[in-house]
Amino acid sequence: MVLKRRMIQATAIAALLSGGAAPVYAQDSLTVASWGGAYQEAQRKAWFDVVEEELGIKMIEDTTSGPADVRVQVASGSPTWDLVQQGNYSCAILEKEGNVEPLDPAILEIPGIPDSMKSDGWIGNLVYGAVLAYSDEAYPDEKPDSWDDFWDTEKFPGPRSMRRHPVYNLEAALLADGVPVEDLYPLDVDRAMKKLEEIKDDVAVWWSSGAQSAQVLQDGEVDMAMVWNGRAQSIADEGAPVSITFDQQIVLSDCWVVPKGAKNKDLAMKAIEIMSRPEVQARIALFINYGPANEDAFDTGVIPEDVAKGLPSHPDNAAKGFVLNSEYWADNLDKLVQDFDFFIQE
Amino acid sequence: MTRTTPANDSAAEPTNRRALRSQARGEQSRLLALSLPAFILVGTLVLLPMGWLFWLSVYGSDGFTLENYTRLLHPAYKETLITTFELAFLVTGLCILLGYPLSYVASQLSPRWASLVMLCVLFPFWTSLLVRTYAWLVLLQRRGVINTWLMDMGLIDTPLKLVHNFTGTTIGMVHIMLPFLVLPLYASMKTIDFDLMKAASNLGASPTRAFWEIYVPLTLPGLGAGVILVFVLSLGFYVTPALLGGGRVMMWAMQIERSMAVYGDWGAASALGVVLLVMTLGILWLLGRLTGAFAGAGGR
Repeated sequence: MVLKRRMIQATAIAALLSGGAAPVYAQDSLTVASWGGAYQEAQRKAWFDVVEEELGIKMIEDTTSGPADVRVQVASGSPTWDLVQQGNYSCAILEKEGNVEPLDPAILEIPGIPDSMKSDGWIGNLVYGAVLAYSDEAYPDEKPDSWDDFWDTEKFPGPRSMRRHPVYNLEAALLADGVPVEDLYPLDVDRAMKKLEEIKDDVAVWWSSGAQSAQVLQDGEVDMAMVWNGRAQSIADEGAPVSITFDQQIVLSDCWVVPKGAKNKDLAMKAIEIMSRPEVQARIALFINYGPANEDAFDTGVIPEDVAKGLPSHPDNAAKGFVLNSEYWADNLDKLVQDFDFFIQE
Repeated sequence: MTRTTPANDSAAEPTNRRALRSQARGEQSRLLALSLPAFILVGTLVLLPMGWLFWLSVYGSDGFTLENYTRLLHPAYKETLITTFELAFLVTGLCILLGYPLSYVASQLSPRWASLVMLCVLFPFWTSLLVRTYAWLVLLQRRGVINTWLMDMGLIDTPLKLVHNFTGTTIGMVHIMLPFLVLPLYASMKTIDFDLMKAASNLGASPTRAFWEIYVPLTLPGLGAGVILVFVLSLGFYVTPALLGGGRVMMWAMQIERSMAVYGDWGAASALGVVLLVMTLGILWLLGRLTGAFAGAGGR
């Protein structure tokens, strides 16, 4: 009852405010939650500063660790976050659960962002790839360039590392087993698990954080790993003898959602619109090794050519891989995470 | 008016005895008042949430259910449970093997040397658990310090798999748990009167026999306290297995975390918690019965 009354109050206030002459400018702050660290700092410099400038507001930052945060906030009846960054299938899951506000149609009409990276309730903003990274010291001559090579422990001996999570691993296993990209979804889980069984003993580390995946590569604990491209790139930039290939990369986008009932919903929509524009999108690549979701960003001239070539969403690289099907994972994640847990422990 | 029986006839008691008694009563009530905040704290922060936890595990959205418990029959949970207890027993055992001689030596040293040894024991205690865990990674990994030395010395050809598995987890946990065993054990060894050993020799016992029959039993309360600390803490370990286990070593606590963070299933997490609690209490009770140490440690 209290919750309902509070919601009515909130709606009344919102109605009052939006009835004013300049509704968007009536509130002067917007709370945004993202992944923190270097990632969020890059977003701050590339995007938040631009939004603050254009809307004349302040963006207050917080950090999230996943969709559970959004669920809790929405369930509380008065979310403190107006705008939240999530992984792509988490966005799809939150949308299915009814925990997000539908996006302003104007946002979805912004050209350049592919359909595989947006839906009614979320839109991709930053693209990264799950790629094959390898040690140049371990493989000085022939370089691995497919998941088939990743599985080929005779041609490329040495310990591997994979994420302790089914997403990407099942796709990579099927590709290694000869399934063509266009026939991947819906995934043949049994076949994928069987293929994973083949390499299980060669996986020295099942990593659980991006930092860990970079660390095992850098320290030479493993010779080959499936990692997020930015992580491998940053250790390579620091001088580690590590290379990545964009061949058969699995492209993903992190995305914006507006939690259901967010206080500054309208302002959040306005911010998303600004941050989705090609020229603003392009700026992200200047601050971190991840690419813009908006393909048109590569035509703005903002991203230097040598930087652009190292980004997973650069048209040349994007053509070598495919976009993860977030709808599939939104529907099957829970069960497959559990199956994968059991697979590792057996 | 009702004071008709002699036992209740306080008037017959000497005055000072009466005064003493009322003083004792006063003291008792003051003590009760003093410990009341602690009782309330324990009640609200431990008992209440535990009751709630239990409630969550048996009461789902469709009313009473045992679903959260039947789920635990899956082989993967059994595997986790075995790993958890295996590790806890192994770590406790290794801590005794390493900690007992160490405490013994420390208790025999001159105060200055003893405090130096204890400082070495305590020093890691003051360092962040995360830092110590990462330090083991640096030492144990494929191109880590230990493997590099062993290979440079020509003792091995291929690096040993020391970390990202059960071995690495055990090493890391023993290191972290050792002070918890050494501290109570050292304290109890310091209080042992060595004249008792001399008396035993005087009565014809060999040094070995005197050690096993006089010394060891006297250290049991300290050892028991240490063992219980190490064992219980090991059962709930999370960070070390997560970092040194390579994703393979799954502890019960990690299973609980996953139930909440990944699956958002509080019922399953609660059931896991209840099972661990019950099994831990059961084993503690058993340990107590077997060694009598629990009673000894608790009685002091």
